[in-house]
Formats: sequence, structure tokens, C-alpha cells
Amino acid sequence: MASSEEDGTVEEKENNNKKRTKSALITAWLTFYNIAMTAGWLVLAITMMRFYIQKGTHKGLYRSIARTLKFFQTFALVEVRIVRTSVIVTGVQVCSRIYMVWFITSSIRQIQNEESVILFLVVWTVTEITRYSYYTFNLLHHLPYFIKWARYNFFIVLYPLGVVGELLTIYAALPFVRRSGMYSMRLPNKYNVSFDYYYFLIIVMLSYIPLFPQLYLHMLRQRRRVLHGEVIVEKDD
Amino acid sequence: MKHYEVEILDAKTKDKLCFLDKVEPNATIGEIKSMFHRSHPQWYPARQSIRLDPKGKSLKDEDVLQHLPVGTTATFYFRDLGAQISWVTVFLTEYTGPLVIYLLFYFRVPFIYAPKYDFTTSKHWVVHLACMCHSFHYVKRLLETLFVHRFSHGTMPLRNIFKNCTYYWGFAAWMAYYINHPLYTPPIYGEQQIRLALIIFLFCQIGNFSIHIALRNLRPPGSKTRKIPYPTKNPFTWIFLLVSCPNYTYELGSWLGFTLMTQCLPVAFFTLVGFMQMTVWAKGKHRSYLKEFRDYPPLRSPILPFVL
Repeated sequence: MASSEEDGTVEEKENNNKKRTKSALITAWLTFYNIAMTAGWLVLAITMMRFYIQKGTHKGLYRSIARTLKFFQTFALVEVRIVRTSVIVTGVQVCSRIYMVWFITSSIRQIQNEESVILFLVVWTVTEITRYSYYTFNLLHHLPYFIKWARYNFFIVLYPLGVVGELLTIYAALPFVRRSGMYSMRLPNKYNVSFDYYYFLIIVMLSYIPLFPQLYLHMLRQRRRVLHGEVIVEKDD
Repeated sequence: MKHYEVEILDAKTKDKLCFLDKVEPNATIGEIKSMFHRSHPQWYPARQSIRLDPKGKSLKDEDVLQHLPVGTTATFYFRDLGAQISWVTVFLTEYTGPLVIYLLFYFRVPFIYAPKYDFTTSKHWVVHLACMCHSFHYVKRLLETLFVHRFSHGTMPLRNIFKNCTYYWGFAAWMAYYINHPLYTPPIYGEQQIRLALIIFLFCQIGNFSIHIALRNLRPPGSKTRKIPYPTKNPFTWIFLLVSCPNYTYELGSWLGFTLMTQCLPVAFFTLVGFMQMTVWAKGKHRSYLKEFRDYPPLRSPILPFVL
């Protein structure tokens, strides 16, 4: 009986140790992840700048970074589960990015040289480098104030600019989608369903109207809380 | 007899909203809500949440004043639950929509399909069968709402009716559009597939109805008691041995049958979404059964025998 009591407390200590190593491992992995993502987006930024300096034009720029962009943007899917802010907000942002990359810019060649593409690429790059370096420094407990300032102030301008770039790109893609009938399905078919990618894109553009203000306001609330210490009660708290 | 004094404060602002004196000790929360309603007519009892603590749980209408942990001057906190609507109203609206909408598509009312098809009927007999099944399903639901179900809550928030109706009406329109389309393609395996689908559908409809009757008989009229449901003489209820919420199991089966019958992807999608929602509800119900009853049969799963 006495020995089992001892075993009990030893087990407890072992469990606590296991929990501590587990959370240390998680932190280590998160730090590695954020450093890797910061590096990835830095590489993208530098590649883009070099291309522009060497070629003097943005034509062909998308093609040159497409694969790297796809990799890092898609990899961000893991964040939906691990980031502490609302899963819905993160989910919507990551999904819309992945959607833009895979189903608009990469699949519709003719729009890859549009200026609007460069616009959102630049916005995304600056935003992601700021965001991931913020997370990295935060995890290392050494957060320089200017990174925090950047993360919670850049978006005020970058967010609307990014939306403009994305919307213009989708709009530019519309005639090509209509002409090619891509991703669309017509009746009759054995699944008895039809899908028109053209109208779907129009709905996507319209959905920015309710979604964008909500995401923007969410960021503004975060900003007030983090930078000014105000406590704001959100509807879903 | 000692009378109580009751003051009701706003849970958020702590303003004194109402003061009632000479309240009987055996008054119920429901009666206090009626008294509160008299001084604030815009807050009918169904939208009042009365609690002992501003952030605590709502008190039940049946709770008696003298059995609550309060002194002779009781302080309650009030929260407005928002406009309420009765469950019966919501169900009737939710279910009448799909019934009517499907028929609009079935009869090919103008402005849906090309004008040359207006008021024509499909040449495939499975389309007529599908219309009968779909209509039967929703008529059954309406009749059950009126005569079979016993609701434990009287009302729900008003905004739910918009959410629910969008779901039911939207999906009904989407499915009906394709099934009744002039370019509809009947099931690949023809009569065999349709016959099997019809058998599954009817079996599950009867099953679902049997479960609703069994659940109704568990609870005498007007009471809010909760008991563990058990299999009865009706073989369709024997599934209670393996499942906590067989009404959802049979509902899933009905829609799988309908999907097979129509071979229509929107129907499959509707079945899937419905299944996901019903699984969430079944798990919740199963959990509350386990919490409430120590002797709950261990063999039962929430919605799918042994699996889920």
C-alpha cells in the first residue's frame, strides 16, 4: 500500500514533466515555423525586387515566384488550428488567400501580368513578413516595439490596398473565365448539377462587401487592445 | 405569512428596473416574470432571463421563491433575450416553405426554366415519385409538429427563424431546380436503383415516425420530465438498443434514400450537411443523457450504431 502511494506521486511528477516537455516542444516548433515563414516571405520579397530591378518590368514576375508563393501560402493552413485569434477569422483569411493563388492567378494565365496582381503580392509580402517576425519575436520574448507598431499599423493601409488588388484581379479574370468555361459544369450530366464559375466569381466579389469590414474592424479592435490597452468586448467573446 | 420583497436589476447596468413588494413566498419565477411584464410591457415573460447572479444561469419558471437562496428582500438580475418566437411557429414556417417551393419547381412555374417548358411535366416517372416522397416528408413533419411533438422550450430567439428558413428553403429550391429540370438525367441503374431507394426511404420514414411517437409517450402531457427512452413493441424502436437519437439515424437514412432515388448531387450535399448538424445535436443529447442518468445503457452510440 505504501509503495503504491509513492508510485502515485512519482506518476504525478512524471505527468507534469511530460506536460512541460510537451509545451516546450510545441513552443520550439512554433518558433521554428514562424522563423521559416518569415524567411520564406523575405525570399519572395527579394526575388520580386531582383526581378523588377533586372527586367525593369513586372511582366513574367508572377510566373517566376508562383511555385514559392503557392508553397508558403498553402503551408499557412496549419495556422487555422494553432493561432490564438478566432478560428473563423484566420480560416477566412487563409482560405481566401489560397483561393486567390490556386484558383485565380495560377489557373488563369492571361491575368498574371496585370498590375493588380503585383499590388496584392506586394501587400501580402509586407504583411506576412511583419506578421511572422512579430510572432517569432513574441515567442522569443524579445519583441522590439517597432515590430509591434508595424504589425498593428501597417494593415490600416495595406488591408484595403490588398483588397483592391484582389478585386481588380478577379474582375480582370472574368472575361477569360466566361470564354473558356473553366471549372464549370453544364446540364445534362449524371450528377444532375450545374456550376458556373463566372457567376461564382461575381458572388465571391460581392462577398467582400460584408466580409471585409468585419475583418478590418476586428483588426482595429485588436489594435486598440494591444497598443492602447483598451478592453473591448467583442460579440463572440 | 411573511411576504417577500423582490427587486429586479438590469444585469449589465445594475439599474433598478422594478420593485415588487408583498410577494408570496410560494410565488414562482414564472409569476414574478408576469408581474415584471406588467411594469415593463415590452418585455414579455418569454424574453426575460431572470438570474441570481448577473453572469449566472437563468432561473427556471417553475423555481419557487422561498426555495431559492435569497433573503426576504430578493435581488434578481434581468437580461433581455431579444424578441422570441414560438418553436411551433418556427417549425411550421420552416417546413411549409420546402413543401411549396418544391411544388413550384415540379409544376414548372414560369421564370424558372425556359418558357417553352412552362407548366409542362417531366417525362421521367422517377421525378413524379421524388415529388411525392419530398412532399410526403414535409407533410409528415408539419403534422408531427402540430400533433406529436412535445416541446420542452416554448420559444427561441427571433433571428433563428431567418437562419433556419434560409437553410431549408434555400436547399429545397436548389434540389428541386435540378430534379425537375427538363435536362434531368434519371438514375444510372434505373428501376432497380429507384426501387431500392424507395424502400429505404419508406422504411426510414416509418422508423422516424415510430421514434417520435415513442418519445412523445415518454412524457405525459404538460410535464417536463425526462426519462431514458427504451425499445417498445414496435420493431422500428428496437434501434434504441444501439442508438441514443434514432430519429436522426432514420432521418439520415431517409435522405440517403432520396439521394439514391434522384441521383442528384445537391441532394447528396443536403444530406451531408444535415448529417453533420444532426451528429452535433445527437452528441449533445447523448452527453446530457449520460450526465443525467447513472444507469444509462452503455452500448448506445449517439447517432450511428458503434460508429458515431
